[in-house]
Amino acid sequence: MADVILRNVRKSYGSVDVIKGVDIDIPDGGFVVFVGPSGCGKSTLLRMIAGLEDISGGTLEIGGEVVNDVQASERGIAMVFQSYAIFPHMTVRENVAFGLTIAGASKEEKERKVAEAARILRMEHLLDRRPGQLSGGQRQRVAIGRAIVRKPRVFLFDEPLSNLDAALRLDMRIEIGKLHKSLGATMVYVTHDQVEAMTLADRIVVLKDGRVQQAGAPMELYHRPENRFVAGFIGAPSMNFLDVEVVSRDGNSAKVRSDVVAEFAAPAWREGIPTSGGAILGVRPQDLRPVESGGALSGSVNLAERLGIETVVDVTLRDGARVLASLAEDRVFEPGQSIQLGFDPGRAHLFPRDEPADAD
Amino acid sequence: MAAVSSDNRGLRLAVRYAVLTLVAVIFVFPLLFMAMSSLKPDHQLLTDTGSLRAFLPVGDISFDNYGAAFERAPIGVFVLNSVLVTGVTVAFSLLVCSMAAFSFVFLNWRGRDAVFGVLLATFIIPYETIFVPLLLMMSQLPWIGRGGIEVGWLNTYRAQIIPFIADGLSIFLFVQYFKDLPRELIEASRVEGAGWWLIYRRIVMPLSGPVFATAAILKFLFMYNQYLWPLMVVQAEDIRPVMVGLGYFTDQLNVPWGEVMAYLTIITVPVLAFYLSLQRAFISSVASTGVKG
Repeated sequence: MADVILRNVRKSYGSVDVIKGVDIDIPDGGFVVFVGPSGCGKSTLLRMIAGLEDISGGTLEIGGEVVNDVQASERGIAMVFQSYAIFPHMTVRENVAFGLTIAGASKEEKERKVAEAARILRMEHLLDRRPGQLSGGQRQRVAIGRAIVRKPRVFLFDEPLSNLDAALRLDMRIEIGKLHKSLGATMVYVTHDQVEAMTLADRIVVLKDGRVQQAGAPMELYHRPENRFVAGFIGAPSMNFLDVEVVSRDGNSAKVRSDVVAEFAAPAWREGIPTSGGAILGVRPQDLRPVESGGALSGSVNLAERLGIETVVDVTLRDGARVLASLAEDRVFEPGQSIQLGFDPGRAHLFPRDEPADAD
Repeated sequence: MAAVSSDNRGLRLAVRYAVLTLVAVIFVFPLLFMAMSSLKPDHQLLTDTGSLRAFLPVGDISFDNYGAAFERAPIGVFVLNSVLVTGVTVAFSLLVCSMAAFSFVFLNWRGRDAVFGVLLATFIIPYETIFVPLLLMMSQLPWIGRGGIEVGWLNTYRAQIIPFIADGLSIFLFVQYFKDLPRELIEASRVEGAGWWLIYRRIVMPLSGPVFATAAILKFLFMYNQYLWPLMVVQAEDIRPVMVGLGYFTDQLNVPWGEVMAYLTIITVPVLAFYLSLQRAFISSVASTGVKG
């Protein structure tokens, strides 16, 4: 096991910078997930840790050793790919034992370790099959088996579940979580699925345009996003953003209002929030609830999606702005119906207006 | 409706088989003509060419032409030489060209694309145009032999083998095939601790059977059919290949056609055997050209 430390790591393809100075500390035994929109550089960063991409600048340490110029084969890491990348001409047994064979392990050692990996991943009955005879989930198990059998210092996962269907994805997610607990290994995981990120990670790194937007525990990112991008990216459905005017500010609290938002005091701990003038109010759809009267927001129902356990209501406010409310109940709304929405002021988020929020 | 569709299918199948049979006949008849003629005396052979009898084992049939051909030329030596030269060239060519292609596809090195461009350009240069300068080079190249350093490669097997080991077309074939291999397999091997040689041997080679078969057949045919180059560099009878050996039958006013046919039949056998042994892989390679797996 080992920790992984990235210091001002950069990656350029010619004059195009894709990773623009990234600092991340991944503790020994930690489970860190990189998330971000397509093209944010999360996979590139993972491949740089793996040694599959050169590092243009900065330093990468694994287990206290700078490995910028160390070949992938010498880094002591294991990687699970999105496309599984298991060798089609080898049996499952040969695939799982591949790294051990290369390392010159004895036949007994290989058999013992392959059997152990097969037991952990419940694939003893598959060992003599070829990849062509396996389902997607089974192939991914083989890929994970190949990774765990060598007891690497760091595990890297590059969107390992995105080719699986929803039910299998849930199964494998639970298995990967269990695997982390039982192996206690350092794991770095790339995904664009925030449910995977929130459930697996003990630390999430949100990336955008090759820069770290915020790194922290899942709930820290959810409850205290540092900027609009993180606020909009973490949580589903996305946080609602509304233009408001700051009427006055008193330390970490600011009174805000707009044509559609009744005046209230919002937490204002983020940098850049003015003492007066424009700002952006963020409210999570789950924090909105319908009220009979005196709601902070009022408008009409555009569309309501009943999902059984929750109802997602798309509301058009008086000024034309749209918000989503996610209600933890099955409730019927008619299109065009008037609705008032309230929320706990303490759960509102205030962001400076000049900060971009778009995920792409 | 069902009957009509079944009739249609039957008709279509019949037409398809008729066309395929015609094509097969067109390809098989010259071989049949050669084999049948090798069994006939010259006067009958020439008479039969005007009719379908040319393709049938009729008339005065015997293996006399084979006996005469073996007396006229050391056929065994020629065939052995051709098989040796061709076999060694094919083996080395597969190794060298596939490794070169591996480097072009999977390794990053300065000037790689420029070198590959030059390599592609060599396609358009026919071998015949470089044979004279190549011959001059061959006559002055050194070699470490049993008696120390020797100069000149003429009259040797190596003069027939080494210039043909690496060629642009074979490398190009391998490059195209390797490019279609999933890159993640190579990356997974690297992460698992494999060096480049192991990746080539354990991953790329086993997954590239069809292209190895194709390159082998093309090289085999090219080498086995070599005539001009061995004629230029080899004077000694004991290292001559089969095509040069054909000269033993044609340099007179009266060509012994029966013996020529017998000789051709004998030297065709290794080619057919080699092709048939790799046929399946060859067809799958040709079929997969342009189709991403």
